[in-house]
Amino acid sequence: MSDWGADWTKAAFAPNANPSFADLLKNTEPTAMPHAQTPPGPAPQLPQATTILALTFADGVVMAGDRRATEGYQIADRYIVKVFSADFYSAVAIAGAAGPAIDMVRLFQTELEHYEKVEGEVLSLEGKANKLAQMIKQNFPMAMQGLVVVPLFAGFDVRRAAGRIFRYDAVGGRYEDSSYHATGSGGKDARSALRTSWFKGMPKDRAINAAVEALTVASEEDVATGGPDLARGIFPIVATVTAQGYEEISDDSLRPVVAQVIEKIVHTGEGTPT
Amino acid sequence: MSPMPYYVSPEQLMKDRADYARKGIARGKSILAIECAAGIIFVAENPSSTLHKVSELYDRVAFCAVGKYNEFENLRIAGVRLADMRGYVYGREDVTAKAIANAYAQALGTIFTQEMKPYEVELLVANLGEDHSTDELYHVLYDGSVSDEQGFVAMGGQAEALANTLAQQYEATMNFDDALKAGAQALAAADPSRPLGTQNLEVAVLDRARPRRAFRRLDDADVARVLGG
Repeated sequence: MSDWGADWTKAAFAPNANPSFADLLKNTEPTAMPHAQTPPGPAPQLPQATTILALTFADGVVMAGDRRATEGYQIADRYIVKVFSADFYSAVAIAGAAGPAIDMVRLFQTELEHYEKVEGEVLSLEGKANKLAQMIKQNFPMAMQGLVVVPLFAGFDVRRAAGRIFRYDAVGGRYEDSSYHATGSGGKDARSALRTSWFKGMPKDRAINAAVEALTVASEEDVATGGPDLARGIFPIVATVTAQGYEEISDDSLRPVVAQVIEKIVHTGEGTPT
Repeated sequence: MSPMPYYVSPEQLMKDRADYARKGIARGKSILAIECAAGIIFVAENPSSTLHKVSELYDRVAFCAVGKYNEFENLRIAGVRLADMRGYVYGREDVTAKAIANAYAQALGTIFTQEMKPYEVELLVANLGEDHSTDELYHVLYDGSVSDEQGFVAMGGQAEALANTLAQQYEATMNFDDALKAGAQALAAADPSRPLGTQNLEVAVLDRARPRRAFRRLDDADVARVLGG
């Protein structure tokens, strides 16, 4: 590692106009890339991040994820965070191999900030979604070994003044959802729940409620999804992205929502997909 | 037979280069960086609202420069690259103004002695501290010499006049509005022959009240609100 030595300085002062941080990193410090080396053979068993979801509402999007990571039949982490702000107007959530996915998020965040600083302008939401697709594509060799990273990207499109959701497949294919999407091990169950609760232009409190309910339903059906834990105070991460930017909902605000959702599921059987 | 090359003494060569760089910088418009209670405020005379003299390098580090735009723009991008590289490979708090200023000093020193012409730029790397006593201002000259300044720094054609005017009003405990007013007044007083409206001022701040990315630009309306009040 050369740090501020010749390599970094040479790359920094090179007279090219590429505003991509990932390209800069690849050329100067390739070992720091999230998918630097892919030795042959099957990948070791690693923590897997599970259920994440996003849905649009009147003012933007809600993004949420449970707090569990699993390693085979073991619980690897009870407090993992899978929802991150990508920049002021967008959020990214991760499912799949947790370590490489979190690395990819960190590179993606730096990429967006780097572009913004170098160019003096923020990328369009479309541009950000495409950039993330390229990063997933570069992860393809690792995906082939089982280290699949499938993020969900959502944000507030300033030009359209609306929330938009993008999902990806393991090879970087990009698909836009105008309503909602959920992925990860409990994604199917979460989608079933959202199918009945989502409606166009729903208000913020209903959207947050729907997100918590969908994750809770998924945790009832899928062992790899962690449900809210009132005793330990473990709540899902729920964030909104609107014209006011990215905002995480505090645990204190989520507590009554969670209590209400659990009450509904336990006592009435409503909200379960069966 | 080819003619004999002229001999120029190293002293003369360096002096000529320094004079050349200084003349280029003196032609440019001026800028002030002022430490105060609210943060570090940058006030520049700049008729363009898109070609900036002040920019964000990292969470609590900003860059400002005077002189030839294409030259300091290259340096600015280099600073962003170095900062982001270090922040990604190590951690966000490991990005320091001192390290970036040193990289600039090395680069400018090399250019000054080895290139055909020196860069006609003078720049400042500012690091926002917990309060004004821990703020850092690194002033880097065209030949790569660095100085660590305190309180405020004036750069550009009228640097000396600006520094003298501002020194009479400056206090480290100034609030944001007072510091901005003092800066704008000093810029206006440096050359009373031309009017200096808000549209000719570029103002930005490393704001102590902001959580992570402390850098913020003020638009004309924000500036007018402070200066008019």
